[in-house]
Amino acid sequence: MLVTILDVVIAGLLLGGLYALIAMGLSLQYGVARVLNVSHGEFIMLGGMITWTLTTQFGINPLLALGICGPLTFLLGYILHKTIFRSLASNAESVGIFEGNSMLVSFGLMFIIQNLALVIWGPEIRGYSYLAQPVNIGGALFGANRLLTLSFALVIGLIFYFYLARTRMGKAIRAAAQDRGAAALMGININYVLAMCFALGAAMAGIAGMLISMAYPVNAIMGFEYTTIAIIVVVLGGLGSIPGSFIGGFLLGLVGSVVTYYQPGLALAAYYAIFILLLLIRPTGIMGR
Amino acid sequence: MRTRQTTLISLIGPVLLGLALLLLASLPLYASAYTVILVTSILMYVVLAMSWAMFSGPTGYISLAPAAFFGMGIYTAAALGLKMPLAYVILLAGLGSFCLALLVGALTLRLKGIYFVIFTIGLVELIKNVVLWYEVTFTGTRGRFVVPVDNNTVYNIMLAILVLLLLTTYLLRRSRFGLALQSIGEDELAAAHVGVNVNPLKTIVFAVSAIFMGAAGAIMATRWSYVDPYIAFNPLFSFMAVLMAIFGGLGRFYGPILGAVFIAYLEETLITRFPYHYMLIFGIVLVATILYLPGGVVGLAPKLRNWFTRRRRAHPGG
Repeated sequence: MLVTILDVVIAGLLLGGLYALIAMGLSLQYGVARVLNVSHGEFIMLGGMITWTLTTQFGINPLLALGICGPLTFLLGYILHKTIFRSLASNAESVGIFEGNSMLVSFGLMFIIQNLALVIWGPEIRGYSYLAQPVNIGGALFGANRLLTLSFALVIGLIFYFYLARTRMGKAIRAAAQDRGAAALMGININYVLAMCFALGAAMAGIAGMLISMAYPVNAIMGFEYTTIAIIVVVLGGLGSIPGSFIGGFLLGLVGSVVTYYQPGLALAAYYAIFILLLLIRPTGIMGR
Repeated sequence: MRTRQTTLISLIGPVLLGLALLLLASLPLYASAYTVILVTSILMYVVLAMSWAMFSGPTGYISLAPAAFFGMGIYTAAALGLKMPLAYVILLAGLGSFCLALLVGALTLRLKGIYFVIFTIGLVELIKNVVLWYEVTFTGTRGRFVVPVDNNTVYNIMLAILVLLLLTTYLLRRSRFGLALQSIGEDELAAAHVGVNVNPLKTIVFAVSAIFMGAAGAIMATRWSYVDPYIAFNPLFSFMAVLMAIFGGLGRFYGPILGAVFIAYLEETLITRFPYHYMLIFGIVLVATILYLPGGVVGLAPKLRNWFTRRRRAHPGG
């Protein structure tokens, strides 16, 4: 019994680490740059597919792919914000209109990135084996790659927390999240900060994609599923709250693990049920203002 | 002189529409089976885009729930197709979608902006996963067969749904409810203050627009003969409806029709030859429309007219 509980809890935490990482990126993009980026999952897919290509075609260690996926998705995010979202923001009459339009544009980006990936990689499901040997934790067995995913999520979460809390740029980001206009008046280069936030969110998605590809099969159309999970976690944690997303990720991972233990087919339905109940009862989430 | 010109111009639209409807109604008499099937798909998208625009156009609430109502219609046809005649199935599908939308609208239309959008994304996925789980756990199958109906009947019913939808949209736009919806889109708080009964109105129009989506789903299901939750509750139906309506333009009655006809025709011609590229093109169209054509294609017309009149004024002799 105890082993079963431990089993379920650890599986939940392993899943949750991944969810937390995905959601932090989206939370940064929505919370600061005000873009509900529906193409977030496509950046995850890019990270996963690029890692797969590097590992199987060029024999590069997946962990080293981090050095390629991260900067690449960062750059893509930065360029997208500098070109598309910035011009949307300057044309929009209000924040509400910008949010609606930027979300629709990100739908367009989702189509574009996903189908470019289909043209490049085709629809086949890809996978490779890396660090797949089991590790024994208190009688329950888990793949080493999943433990690696969890530690990565924790490390990135911590680094990111200190980045926001202690650095000058972090302070600028927090200021921009609170009040964009006032932040700009205080001498913060607001366009640069917003583009940085969008790019950092994209880079987190890219890194998450790399981690996912180590433990799960990947393909070109996997993105939207992760997007919806990221959105659920972000709403659970409170739209725009980064600590909330971190906690929400682990919470949803635990819920998923428990539900999967009883009714394997119902995990996704349970996520959406929680999500819908949450929106109806407490749309601001657990950490929302 | 000026007034006579504008009345003549304003007559062009209805006359063209009437001619187009006459042409469409007689289509099965002379066109090939392929054309009838092609036009049925286009009409389906026109119904989806128009009914989406009926609610989301004036209010500005971006609903991504069309796939839920459309899928509800598809599953109604799958579940009841053998048990009762087609007309009842379609009516029940419309009614079912109406009730679902009424419930969803009553619960969620007080959610503002982005919350409403993500709720509607979640709704489609929730229904899909629950149906999937139900089928796997209780019936032990995935997917169902739908009683097929001949192509001309499908076509005629889809056209009838479209005509009813056009009529409803027209009457709504002319009525004071249409104005009230418009005022909600402009400023919801102000609308409430001048006496618009905001939440009931939004909910009712949202639910009425869902009737047409459900009915369209029920009749389309008979053409596909096999459906499963992934086919029925495909979020792509929502995206396509939104894309078509926005591309065509939400400001005018004809906008979503033009957008749907153009993009649906493009889809039908591209889908077999370039299965990935056509979605890529739609992505680019969506991004470009929002960036450069905020009023959609119909938003171009007044701009062009201005441009022409300015030119004429600049060169009075020529």
